[in-house]
Amino acid sequence: MVNKGTWVLIHKVVLEPRERASQIPADTKKVPLEMWIKGRLQKDTMIRKEAEILTRTGRKETGTLLEENPTYWHDFGEFMPELLAISDQVRELVFGGKK
Amino acid sequence: MVGNRDYTSVMARKGEIMKRSVGIDYSAFESGSIAFDYEGMMRETGYTLEEIIKIQSRAHVGNTPIIELRNLTALARKCAKPGFGARILIKDEAANPSGSFKARRAATAIYHAKKHGFKGVISATSGNYGAAVASQAAMAGLKCIVVQECYDSKGLGQPEIIEKARKCEALGAEVVQLSVGPELFYKFLLLLEDTGYFNASLYTPFGIAGIETLGYEIATQFQEKYGRCPDMVVCTNAGGGNVTGTARGLLKARADSIVVGASVNLAGLHMASDRQFNRKSFTTGHTGFGVPFASWPDRSDVPRSAARPLRYMDRYVTITQGSVFYITEALASLEGLEKGPAGNTSLAAAFALAQHMLKDQLILVQETEYTGAGKHVQPQLSFARENGIEVAFGDPKDEVPGENLILPSHPALIKATDVDLDHIRSSLIKTALAGGKVPTEGDIKFLAEETRKDEAFVKAIIAKLQED
Repeated sequence: MVNKGTWVLIHKVVLEPRERASQIPADTKKVPLEMWIKGRLQKDTMIRKEAEILTRTGRKETGTLLEENPTYWHDFGEFMPELLAISDQVRELVFGGKK
Repeated sequence: MVGNRDYTSVMARKGEIMKRSVGIDYSAFESGSIAFDYEGMMRETGYTLEEIIKIQSRAHVGNTPIIELRNLTALARKCAKPGFGARILIKDEAANPSGSFKARRAATAIYHAKKHGFKGVISATSGNYGAAVASQAAMAGLKCIVVQECYDSKGLGQPEIIEKARKCEALGAEVVQLSVGPELFYKFLLLLEDTGYFNASLYTPFGIAGIETLGYEIATQFQEKYGRCPDMVVCTNAGGGNVTGTARGLLKARADSIVVGASVNLAGLHMASDRQFNRKSFTTGHTGFGVPFASWPDRSDVPRSAARPLRYMDRYVTITQGSVFYITEALASLEGLEKGPAGNTSLAAAFALAQHMLKDQLILVQETEYTGAGKHVQPQLSFARENGIEVAFGDPKDEVPGENLILPSHPALIKATDVDLDHIRSSLIKTALAGGKVPTEGDIKFLAEETRKDEAFVKAIIAKLQED
């Protein structure tokens, strides 16, 4: 159970595939237009249940409750040895090797 | 006022929602046929250059430094014929409050919104502009909503876009994240209608006039420092505002620099395709926006776009994804400057273009952008590899967008490829005449201005279209 007032992330389908615009590519037309939005939970709700939130601008949105205190997980990715090779190459070309 | 909220009904209300949320009656500038009064729109709905410099200065925007990249220039000269290799310089727009030149556009839009009593602003963008609007709205005490196209149907998002969401939220904005598709515009319209907020579109006269200060500053700073204007100014081109505003500012300062637009080549990838969404490594500054917006600027989120790049570009070049990543790494390694890859699109192009210019010439890249987790060459390359894109060293000419990402095996392989501007001009004229419209003399004159050609050129294209 996630408590009322907690900062949460919800998910909602905005347009079902049949409601989507006609001019979009076939692969996109097969899937719904989805929305993810954060806000304060308006009453105690279980994860994966329908929830109502109040967003940062004070708007009400409803959707499926996904996560409490949603975290940013983006980072610097896996190390790419190619970048080190580029670094070595340009330094060698400009400054003349490992001096 | 509450109308039906289904897709068709909301789209049908587009005109009235726009008029209320931008505060511009675009019909005042229409001729009734193809032409509209572009300069009239810019003059009567915008602000003077002097006013904008003041507005931006109060918001800590502008006056960014120009940095000469001596070591990158040395690298370009190693790849050029003797006597060739212009001095490469950058304007460090990452020094603006939100970390990019977009602060210039946002500052004027937010000033206008505040002045007209709007309580908040909304912007539809996955890029640096969202952070810029959020930053300026925070300063002005306005509420802010940023609508992003963010995830594919598997819930997977580009690290760069996720970072942008974080930054917008850190600056107090509400971020509405959507899956792939142009119907983002539908949700955008609903939000404008529900909140009564200002549409901080990238394409209003305020947004474009905000960039004129960038061109003007370039001319002034170069005059002071080098006693002349740069021979060439390279601008990353997506929606066309960057090129348009910069060139207009240069013209206002009577600078005669050659203006070059540069985009990452994403030919073959469909921007609205769910499957292809995460198979590109650039979310902006690419041909997926650059070419269609140059060919038809009025596809934007306002009735008449103030960004009209064909009026201002002397040349339009493309560069590969791998070349931009290579140059981003070279910039860090040779100049000690870590900047975001998207802003380095024009730097990669300039690196190639400089090699065809004389040593005493000056080539300026007019922007840089911030970098950090997600928005950095390493996570973006790593994301590409995780998503099945082959990352390898080789010749950039072998890069196929969506399939591989070729890092140049030697910097001499980095080339800027010219786009045929006449082809884009012809496409613009064709779209303008769609539905069998018969152009008036005024329309012909307008299309000549739109394409930066003479009336004979426009008439020749029309004659050819009629033959086909």
